[in-house]
Amino acid sequence: MHARADAADTAPNWPDDIFATLQRFDVRQVPYVPDAGHSKLIQRVLDSSTMRGIALTTEEEGVALLAGAWAGGQRGVLLMQSSGVGNCINMLSLIPILRFPFLTLVTMRGEWGEFNPWQVPMGSTTQGVFELSGVKVLRASHAAEVPAVLEAAAAQAYNALTPTAVLLSQRLIGAKVFTK
Amino acid sequence: MSKANLLDRRQVVSTLLANRKNVVAIGGLGASTNDMCAAGDHARNFYLWGGMGGAAMIGLGLALAQPKLPVLVITGDGEMLMGMGSLATIGLQKPANLSIAVLDNEAYGETGGQTSHTSAAADLVGIARACGIIDSRAATTMAEVEAFAKAVHDLSAGPRFANVKIDSAGLERILPTRDGTYIVNRIRADLGFQPI
Repeated sequence: MHARADAADTAPNWPDDIFATLQRFDVRQVPYVPDAGHSKLIQRVLDSSTMRGIALTTEEEGVALLAGAWAGGQRGVLLMQSSGVGNCINMLSLIPILRFPFLTLVTMRGEWGEFNPWQVPMGSTTQGVFELSGVKVLRASHAAEVPAVLEAAAAQAYNALTPTAVLLSQRLIGAKVFTK
Repeated sequence: MSKANLLDRRQVVSTLLANRKNVVAIGGLGASTNDMCAAGDHARNFYLWGGMGGAAMIGLGLALAQPKLPVLVITGDGEMLMGMGSLATIGLQKPANLSIAVLDNEAYGETGGQTSHTSAAADLVGIARACGIIDSRAATTMAEVEAFAKAVHDLSAGPRFANVKIDSAGLERILPTRDGTYIVNRIRADLGFQPI
């Protein structure tokens, strides 16, 4: 087990790989609910001139936003953590009904050395919730596999309109360390 | 039961869309989407039959994607209450081309007319303004509705919000198409986008 890298000098590079892939797929709207595991990617998006980062109050807003973006001709991606997936459930029904490209990148909690028991129930059902809702699930557990997983996810989401979630495992992100 | 001095919802929506020009309009789940259809079907009508609480956010996604087009969300008080956080999200993004009109009958008309929070406590005009939507109006006359309909075309001064107090009388349902893929692809085609 390793601790989450918070300091800038130890920040991982895989968020840069994700950003590059999203840029290549012409992703324009990036709704997010902040998560420490997504912090570097969110900052890249907010610094970008082609992508718009959109802070949400709850994750389901992002699902609806992506439907509107698509009607208006733009692609988007929803960034959230596993606990936010439960907040989305009814809004996920828009995806098969409206048939817009749906890609979400989910940083996982409640697994791989979790400290906080309150994260475990939703973290344990995240994949099941997606699958029951018609969203295909891919997972990245190691930094080296992030580019290939992202490429596959973006390709099937945007080219084949296959709703896709990428679970960025806690093993990849590092378990959050709680210190007094 | 209808009360005096409240506006007729169909007349309100007809007025909002009368000179719509290039407006893309989103109708929230419930009677609002029917009202939009009653005012006349249109290729740029985004009818919702589900996704309660999502109408304003669909409007935001569209408005950000198409900053040169006026985008108008027409929804009910119950639908808006469910998506109340989206007012804070819109207040932060400040899309100048987005307008939201709430048809407020203070009730969940589709489910038996149970009273909503706006009947006694929640002030949506104040909520929208406190979320950063500075142009937030209470509309109780048709003149105010007409003024808002005109403002929708001003792409430099949004986002804007209007809460329109309407009669709670049930009206004949005018049902729009409920094929979501058709609805979205018709809008996309009208905006010049090709199928994938």
